[in-house]
Amino acid sequence: MMAAMNSPDASVDVHELLDRVRRLAADGPATIAAAATVDELRRLDGEFLGKTSVMSQAKAAMRFVAPEDRKSVGGLLNEVRTALEAAIGQRQSAFDSDARRERLAAEALDLSEVMDAAPTGHRHLISQTREMLEDAFVGLGFTVAEGPEIETDWYNFEALNMPEGHPARSMWDTLYLEAGEPESVLLRTHTSPVQIRTMLREEPPIYVVAPGRAYRSDTADATHLPVFSQIEGLVIDRGITFADLAGTIETFVKLLYGSERTTRLRPSFFPFTEPSAEFDMSTPSGEWVELGGCGMVHPNVLRAGGLDPEEWSGFAFGFGLERMAMQRHGLDDIRELITNDVRFLAQF
Amino acid sequence: MKVLHSWLAEYIVGLDDHPVGSDPVALGDVMSDIGLCCEEVELLGRGLDGIVVAQVLELAPHPGADRIQLVQVDAGDGEPLQICCGAFNMAVGDRVPLATLGTVMPDGMEIARRKLRGEWSNGMLCSARELGLGDDHGGIWILPGDPGVPLGTAIRDALGIEADALYDLDLTPNRPDALSVIGIARDVAAQLGLTFRLPGIELAPALADAASLASISISDPGLCGRFTARVLSDVPSGSSPEWMQRRLALCGMRPISAVVDVSNYVMLEYGQPNHTYDLAKVGGSHLGVRRARSGESIVTLDGQSRGLDSDDGVIVDGNDTPIGLAGVMGGASTEISDTTGDVLVELAWWDPASIGRTSKRHGLRSRPGPVREGVDPEIASAAADRIAQLLCDMGRPCTPVSCAQTATPPPAVSVRVRPSRVNALLGASIATDEMVSILTPLGFECTPDGDDLAVRIPSWRPDSTGEVDVVEEIARHYGYDRLGKTVPASPQAGALTARQADIRALHAYVSSQGAFEATPMPFLAPGDLERCGVRADGVVVANPLVNEESILRTSLLPGLLKAVGHNAAHRSVGVTLYEHGHCFAQALDGGLPQEWEEFAVVLAGRDAVAAVALARGIAESLGVTGRGGALEADRRAPPRSVGRGRRRWCAHRRGRRGRPRCCRGVWGVRASGLRPVSRMPSSDVDLAFVVADEIAVDEVEATIRATAGESLVSVALFDVYRGAGLGDDVRSLAYRLRLQARDRTLTDAEVGAIREQVIAAVASTHAATLRG
Repeated sequence: MMAAMNSPDASVDVHELLDRVRRLAADGPATIAAAATVDELRRLDGEFLGKTSVMSQAKAAMRFVAPEDRKSVGGLLNEVRTALEAAIGQRQSAFDSDARRERLAAEALDLSEVMDAAPTGHRHLISQTREMLEDAFVGLGFTVAEGPEIETDWYNFEALNMPEGHPARSMWDTLYLEAGEPESVLLRTHTSPVQIRTMLREEPPIYVVAPGRAYRSDTADATHLPVFSQIEGLVIDRGITFADLAGTIETFVKLLYGSERTTRLRPSFFPFTEPSAEFDMSTPSGEWVELGGCGMVHPNVLRAGGLDPEEWSGFAFGFGLERMAMQRHGLDDIRELITNDVRFLAQF
Repeated sequence: MKVLHSWLAEYIVGLDDHPVGSDPVALGDVMSDIGLCCEEVELLGRGLDGIVVAQVLELAPHPGADRIQLVQVDAGDGEPLQICCGAFNMAVGDRVPLATLGTVMPDGMEIARRKLRGEWSNGMLCSARELGLGDDHGGIWILPGDPGVPLGTAIRDALGIEADALYDLDLTPNRPDALSVIGIARDVAAQLGLTFRLPGIELAPALADAASLASISISDPGLCGRFTARVLSDVPSGSSPEWMQRRLALCGMRPISAVVDVSNYVMLEYGQPNHTYDLAKVGGSHLGVRRARSGESIVTLDGQSRGLDSDDGVIVDGNDTPIGLAGVMGGASTEISDTTGDVLVELAWWDPASIGRTSKRHGLRSRPGPVREGVDPEIASAAADRIAQLLCDMGRPCTPVSCAQTATPPPAVSVRVRPSRVNALLGASIATDEMVSILTPLGFECTPDGDDLAVRIPSWRPDSTGEVDVVEEIARHYGYDRLGKTVPASPQAGALTARQADIRALHAYVSSQGAFEATPMPFLAPGDLERCGVRADGVVVANPLVNEESILRTSLLPGLLKAVGHNAAHRSVGVTLYEHGHCFAQALDGGLPQEWEEFAVVLAGRDAVAAVALARGIAESLGVTGRGGALEADRRAPPRSVGRGRRRWCAHRRGRRGRPRCCRGVWGVRASGLRPVSRMPSSDVDLAFVVADEIAVDEVEATIRATAGESLVSVALFDVYRGAGLGDDVRSLAYRLRLQARDRTLTDAEVGAIREQVIAAVASTHAATLRG
């Protein structure tokens, strides 16, 4: 491999240079690996690869090498330089990772010392229940209707098939307001007036739910509040049947509580529906829990809403959000829901 | 309404031989299935094995205990048996129920021989309630004395108790017929396919002419559709038979005397309210019906004197003096007593609406009854006969019976029912024949009329007036559970409106910022609004339960402040609460009160700066920053305190001079329209103005926005400085404006021009200087 050197410049001893390169190739990497400090490594870098180094001198001496040998000598020089650079790089990254480790050790934090939590608020249990129901019905193709809490006697009673003096009015203990004629303006006793408002505002088909607050002249106790929340459903279309009512109730109960639940309807009475029913849901233990009331919209209510009962039929249902929320969370005193105590509110 | 199984069985042929009818628990379910909601079935006469009739022989104090006495009884073997007893209401010779050793009481307790403070007790004397035979727990049950019953007889035999069941029904107002034993029996019999029969009545013919004993006149037929009266001469005095007392007591009525008990018994049985007068005390032996005159008054049976007005119906005697409040309560002056000889029984059909108004006005509305919901107008005469018969059956023949009856009840109603319509509403395919066979036993007479049915509504179902009422009858007895379950396909896509979605986002944002949603009641006490400094024209509740809840809120603030106070009192200080709800104020023009929605946040223990920051965040989350919305910081409002006036709970604490103390945002709409994001480079311009303290930051920002024009992407206040180098009563406001065009890079000249315009506008509008 080593060919005869042609050296016109006596001051350059190519053989000697190549010997030094070979020695460097043999010893250099070990010397580099043994460098104890970054500074020493930097010095070795200059010594082995810098401008005055053997490698640079050898490169400069290439022109004295016989042309037929240049390829092999050049290959040798490249090989050695690459090996040296790799050794330096390796040693440098070892120094770097040591330095990083030291810095991390110095900067270590005990994260368990962190005492502050980012503030988290909570929506009220009733709002959560309301949203859950709204979402379920939106999924069934319903929209959400709203109405005022102050109502007239007409919307709250008369249009709902309870004319003046109707015995069923005594089913609700009404809070009346000092406005207009005595007992003409009241706090709605149920969300059912929204049925009438929706019928008067929109053309059928109507598929709405109406959540909202309602009021009764009830002293607060473990199961009653004078102010409470209901959700009302109303469907009006051509050919709506009692079976549609039963099926819709079953569907949303399965949606909210799981498909293993079933529902049943029991005959009941509400002036604004006929036939009327209470609806119950089965529990995992095989019992029935009452959820709310429902029925086919009474022809007089359809008429009050400006609809012809021979053309349109429909069903309505309603139930209390408080009771539903209490069932879900095992609450036994409804008054907890209005204490507004953050120790309670934070649990939901 | 409570009803006894044995009482029903008298009117349902074969009830106790029917597989369902003989099982009270199953029968309770049947009642619920047809709308007579059965809340509880109480099984009676069970667990009475071992209870015998004993007689008290001797009473002696317990030597070691004051609250127990030693009772020697004879339990039938003639030997004295010692019992320790904690009751003191019996006397020597009384017959009492004794639970003998080994008896298991209805509550599961087993009676054993026990020593109480050194004395043996060989059994237990029982109260009526301990035996499940009544509500009385005031002492040991003193049994009615009947010397014919030997001591030691099982109490079941002695009292003639058979196993029975008491159904507690929660009835709906549309079923006045079910407020009677016969009404329930009719419905149940129809459902079970059994025959219903009315009580058989056989009376001796009346001996005297009605007109010679009493007379009746109705001067207001609208108030009273039918008025029936009977005179029963020489009625029995003393108490009614044991079986009747027992039934009355179990159904919640206190036994009083033979006449009153029979009156109540028939009321329960037929649902026909009736009233008994001591005929001797009825002036002129005459009953009249008219509206009261204002100024008249009456003392009712409960001893209360009640002023009357012209809407009240009254019953008057021959002297035109009111002696009863029609259909509501009788008068004290003609009450039955021990010395009553002849009784005048009144059975009337009153207009339910007028009776409702009268009972409400006199505060007697607590007990819904057949009077208010509508009595069968045809039943009065049969009920009168039943009263006579029951009194006659008590051993002393109390005939003659005389009768008077007048006026006209509402006419019978006939309804045209289309079987196709029935099936269309129910989503069923019930054959017309089956409809007829459901309706007929309920008393709805069906006559075919082409494809339709002419259905005659029975007199005891005043709730039924139209086709849909008959549909319900069919569904009820056909069985709701036999009707199908289908789901109608809504033709629309369900969705929240944009506004509803915004409100959801608002809740989500505010609660994510550490606020808890509170739901205070909208009722406030008088003065709350004024104390909170919010508008005071709250709507007044006409009939509040308590004065503290008589005003409707005009602002969410008072309720939230009370909630903050509640939390502070429970050592939760520094809470952030929010609420979304309706507020109300008095009508402006005599129309309906005003009503609107509000959303409010209260930050306790934080300063107003935090409130403003949150308000800005809310505006940002709604997408209304600087566009279409308004945030109004009231910098001069006094600090507001809560509850007991402790500053610590201030909703808006006093800020540094010149800082806002409370803020109010009004955002009506969500800004619509998406702003495209520019891909071009933007330039920032920083400007600091020295501005007088009384000029609000918002005003300066508004000027900047108005001047900078379309290229302004954002403007942010990044520093406020007061102090050295500035004059008094001024501060430096440093803004960073980001300028960017949608379609090109702004040139330095354009940016410079905008900068100069903004400086000039702020300087001239707000007398501000650029801080060098």
